[in-house]
Amino acid sequence: MSADSEKAYFGRRYMLSASHRLHSDALTAEENRAAYGKCNNPHGHGHNYVVEVLVGGPVNPETGMVLNLADLDLVVRQRVVERFDHANLNLDPEFVNRVPTTENLCRVVFELLNDALPAGKLERVRVEETENNFFEYFGE
Amino acid sequence: MVFLTRRATFSASHYYWNEAWTAEENERVFGRCSNRNGHGHNYTLEVTVAGEPDPVTGFVVDLKWLKDVMEREVLAAYDHRHLNLETPEFRELIPTTENIAIAAWKRLEPAVNGAGGARLSRVRVYETPEIFAEYRGGL
Repeated sequence: MSADSEKAYFGRRYMLSASHRLHSDALTAEENRAAYGKCNNPHGHGHNYVVEVLVGGPVNPETGMVLNLADLDLVVRQRVVERFDHANLNLDPEFVNRVPTTENLCRVVFELLNDALPAGKLERVRVEETENNFFEYFGE
Repeated sequence: MVFLTRRATFSASHYYWNEAWTAEENERVFGRCSNRNGHGHNYTLEVTVAGEPDPVTGFVVDLKWLKDVMEREVLAAYDHRHLNLETPEFRELIPTTENIAIAAWKRLEPAVNGAGGARLSRVRVYETPEIFAEYRGGL
């Protein structure tokens, strides 16, 4: 049985804790409260986010891998975890003009990783904000 | 089309080693996974089948049947086994999570697709809660 060049998907989950406040300068104070509810609290609040990265590609016949886990970890830790873990998302340059909803965080993470993978193609980024909600972005 | 997924767990040991490489090269690429004494994981196997619910039963497939297929085709071969030493597909092939997902698909496909109802859609194998590989068949 050989797995030469068969396409498979490799997924890896990373944790990061960050704070954010959902607030749009385009809306009035009342509209912000109506749109974002508790998440508009001026002092912000935080989550333990789970970022799930899915990479697709041929299984390298020499290693049996789509990509090396240690290489992926290095890229995700440098580009995403170190940047956002124990940080206030609203203060990140990516969120100066963009509300740090988890939808937007998901897209930002995808863009930060998309051209930086050591092998394979970034197929999907999923960000779980709590156990009960998550967001996914597949790129355009 | 409805997708139905069933999970099962198995525990197995393995190591990563490419016979064509030197010991140094194996250690560089595979790190701690290259220890020839092996190590183990509690794996989770997630099998997704796709089909139309039967108009009489409302089932895509009978879950008990799917459980039996997973146990017979995959768990009987992998659970509480050393994958490199005891499963024929990994004598030559390195038992990475990617290759386990592909191998489990090959074990399941004839039984699932041969039953004439739902089709095998996806096999996902978790090595730890944080690491998984999946295979959707074909290329």
